[in-house]
Amino acid sequence: MAKDHVSGPEELESIIQEVLEAYPAKAQKKRAKHLSVTTATEEDPDPVTGIASKCDSTKSNIKSIPGVMTIRGCAYAGSKGVVWGPIKDMVHISHGPVGCGQYSWSQRRNLYTGTTGVDSFVTMQFTTDFQEKDIVFGGDKKLEKTIDEINELFPLANGVTVQSECPIGLIGDDIEAVAKKKNKDIGKTIVPVRCEGFRGVSQSLGHHIANDAIRDWVIEAPESEAKKSYEPGPYDVNIIGDYNIGGDAWASRILLEEIGLNVIGCWSGDATLAEMERAPKAQLNLIHCYRSMNYICRYMEEKYNIGWMEYNFFGPTQIAASLRAIAAKFDETIQENAEKVIAKYQPLVDQVLAKYKPRLEGKSVMLYVGGLRPRHVVTAYDDLGMVIAGTGYEFAHNDDYKRTGHYVKEGTLIYDDVTGYELEKFIEKIRPDLVGSGIKEKYPVQKMGIPFRQMHSWDYSGPYHGYDGFAIFARDMDMAINNPVWGLFDAPWETPAVAAE
Amino acid sequence: MPQSADKVLDHSKLFHEPEYKEMLANKKATYECGHTAETIHQIGDWTKSWEYREKNLAREAVTINPAKACQPVGAVFAAQGYEGTLPFVHGSQGCVAYYRSHLSRHFKEPSAAVSSSMTEDAAVFGGLTNMVDGLANAYALYKPKMIAVSTTCMAEVIGDDLNSFIIQSKEKGSVPEDFPVPYAHTPAFVGSHVDGYDNAQKGFLDLFWEGAERKAGDSINIIPGFDGYAVANNRELTRMLDMMGVGFTILGDVSEVYDTPSDGEYRMYAGGTKLEDAKASINAKATISMQEWCSPKTMEVVEKVGQETAVFNYPMGVSATDSFLMKVSELTGKAIPDQLKLERGRLVDAMADSQAYLHGKTFAIFGDPDFVLGMAKFVMEMGGEPSHCLATNGSKKWAKQMQAVLDASPFGAKAQVWAGKDLWHMRSLLATEPTDFLIGSSYGKYLERDTGIPLIRLTFPIFDRHHHHRFPTWGYQGGLTVLVKILDAIFLKADQDAGKVGETDMSFDLTR
Repeated sequence: MAKDHVSGPEELESIIQEVLEAYPAKAQKKRAKHLSVTTATEEDPDPVTGIASKCDSTKSNIKSIPGVMTIRGCAYAGSKGVVWGPIKDMVHISHGPVGCGQYSWSQRRNLYTGTTGVDSFVTMQFTTDFQEKDIVFGGDKKLEKTIDEINELFPLANGVTVQSECPIGLIGDDIEAVAKKKNKDIGKTIVPVRCEGFRGVSQSLGHHIANDAIRDWVIEAPESEAKKSYEPGPYDVNIIGDYNIGGDAWASRILLEEIGLNVIGCWSGDATLAEMERAPKAQLNLIHCYRSMNYICRYMEEKYNIGWMEYNFFGPTQIAASLRAIAAKFDETIQENAEKVIAKYQPLVDQVLAKYKPRLEGKSVMLYVGGLRPRHVVTAYDDLGMVIAGTGYEFAHNDDYKRTGHYVKEGTLIYDDVTGYELEKFIEKIRPDLVGSGIKEKYPVQKMGIPFRQMHSWDYSGPYHGYDGFAIFARDMDMAINNPVWGLFDAPWETPAVAAE
Repeated sequence: MPQSADKVLDHSKLFHEPEYKEMLANKKATYECGHTAETIHQIGDWTKSWEYREKNLAREAVTINPAKACQPVGAVFAAQGYEGTLPFVHGSQGCVAYYRSHLSRHFKEPSAAVSSSMTEDAAVFGGLTNMVDGLANAYALYKPKMIAVSTTCMAEVIGDDLNSFIIQSKEKGSVPEDFPVPYAHTPAFVGSHVDGYDNAQKGFLDLFWEGAERKAGDSINIIPGFDGYAVANNRELTRMLDMMGVGFTILGDVSEVYDTPSDGEYRMYAGGTKLEDAKASINAKATISMQEWCSPKTMEVVEKVGQETAVFNYPMGVSATDSFLMKVSELTGKAIPDQLKLERGRLVDAMADSQAYLHGKTFAIFGDPDFVLGMAKFVMEMGGEPSHCLATNGSKKWAKQMQAVLDASPFGAKAQVWAGKDLWHMRSLLATEPTDFLIGSSYGKYLERDTGIPLIRLTFPIFDRHHHHRFPTWGYQGGLTVLVKILDAIFLKADQDAGKVGETDMSFDLTR
């Protein structure tokens, strides 16, 4: 029942104006800076996508306006939920009241191997469950005791992180002192993280704070046995910024290993503390989620002279280009291997495209995700012949929008920190064939009769990375769009509603 | 190559393929620096020992896998039950993203709420500006009939005064002077989501009933409480009360907003208690709370205005439904119709047909205080034995109440009550004193995996099964839903236990 999407940039501009009119003056002025349509640019087109558009006229990484139903989360979500949470052999304490840890418990689908509760702890919720007395008298003593109890009950945990919730920074607790003391007492890595939810404007500052905590409390800590004992090799790399959603990091690792590289650490999906500690011994850092982990790459470059490069494992075009670019950093053996691997998977790619492209070609998509995927998945859709009508980020910065210009064409609608109201109106006007966003957006969009896929959690599917993942991605987009349910919305005894225009 | 376009394998099968198994084994051996398989096995066994249980139960500081959420999610849920009402949570914005996600994951429905998006500057200077702007924006964009304000712990720690902030916002023209903005302070570091529900409901009654003169009438009010089955349960209540011809108002009815149709239109607001009905509810003869622990403060307000009160504990099964209907009958003078008696008889009939499979089965039950009380009662009525009754948000007073319910039946003789304990405690209990079945929320699936005890999902949140909340658990009809779910688990277990061909399948019975 989807209509053709709007005809051109002028129409999109008028939709933006219409949406803005609903706001009171002060909010209208602010929101206007976050909504735009991409324009032409003088810059050279991207060598892989062949695209160049101007995308960074949109303001970003600015405080959300109160009362508008922002889709964003907080710094705690960025640290505990994204960066630290997947590290499987450490216990991550949600330090403060019970809610934050409860709502984020087992919700990010960072797959891992291990025996939960014995040597792995990802899908557990540890909290200091603050009560009024902890607010009044401070929570440092309770935190100390918590770490002792964890050490006793979970002797195979290799470390503990303290993920601060809002009250911690407000009541003046000294979690750093507790961490130092407990580190001495029990000899395990204890990491205090100042990721209180009120800090910054979104998850993004939480990523940054979490990166800094890794730097200060893991990388710069005295060398562990795991680190000392590791003999680095010429093909050692780290995967940085892959959280193994639905197994993404595994579907990526298999390709890197096939071309002859050793993935010595994966930050942070299915990671162990040892993998984090050994990271500075790698030859190269390969970063997937630039937004959440560029900080640590820059640090390792500065301090250890380790190069880093962005890559993209969504869709065969980008996978092949990325494999070649990665291989180019190594010797001819690796480069030959890369060609072999690309050739090996080509039949699978051909089969997937033969099966799904005819069913998806020309379908329009609107995306609204976090800090990477609104641009990174675009080429996977492109490989399937699908068209991006609009895209936007919850917590991108200007450098992300700049990069987006290499992925989306001139005349694409861009929305930064979109509000529930705006997104609903945009979708209503554009009526794309598919929307990719999060759980909060899923059900309103589906009620409107528009197919939807959650693009944070892969809607409980995945992996979407790598060649194996691309097949799943294509299957999932096909089943979302071509399911018969969308044809059942109108009761047959009623005349189909006449389009408003 | 494991993947193919003909048969696409996703995470559930892909990683069981040899290529991935080998890759993961290599990762573990070369890079993870984990513990040996022997150590993991040994410690794993130790975590299921009595020694571990004692240490675990002696914990004083850390909470592990709790079965409770924080106050504001309860307040948001309560607010969504009123006509055209937009929940507005004053404090950090990430919290609201969490509440909305949490509720959507259970109901598989949209969940609307806004935040005042306070950040560092508000932490220093207070959140007045956020409130003023936030109310103005929410009012303009989402055109609500009422904005219900609650708080995150951030706003509570810095001591923002909602009453004064709302008055000042109105003075500044954020919303019209006569626009209803009830509020509730809902600190996350006090109580749990059931208290947030209570505080919000009290806030609504304070606003609706303020200054009104009560003209006592014949109708009754119902406060459903925080209930993941509210969609179907509120409808079941409505159906039964309509059958009795009782005039009633459900205060906070989410049954429509959490069950809107798919017909091309997204309805942000649907159904809910009409604001004029909520105002008029002061004139009711009585107010019934379906969940005592979700309503202590609210019921104080009710008592103060001179209404009669009655409280239940998530009434499920025959006798609890009997008590509820008889109370309604007593309060309203309306007889319980024959049709309901017929439904009662059918539930009893079903229980009698299946009693041989229920009798003596043992159950561990966890959830909110009222749910555990109601569930244990129904289990005993079926001849089952509740062995462990656990409420993370249960108080000492609740424990006494729970014990009294258990003491009233011989089937409760072996039961143990665990107030304030969490699901990691429950793991120890089940490892040392196992039961036949476990009743609770989706969080129980980790216990099922670790102990092999089948989980029956009967309370919020249910994330990993779909649409259970669309069927009632209250009333005689609801009793049937609950009965069948328990029986299905029992029969499935019987089949699984007889599952090995040629070894244990002598009892793989066709007819039971």
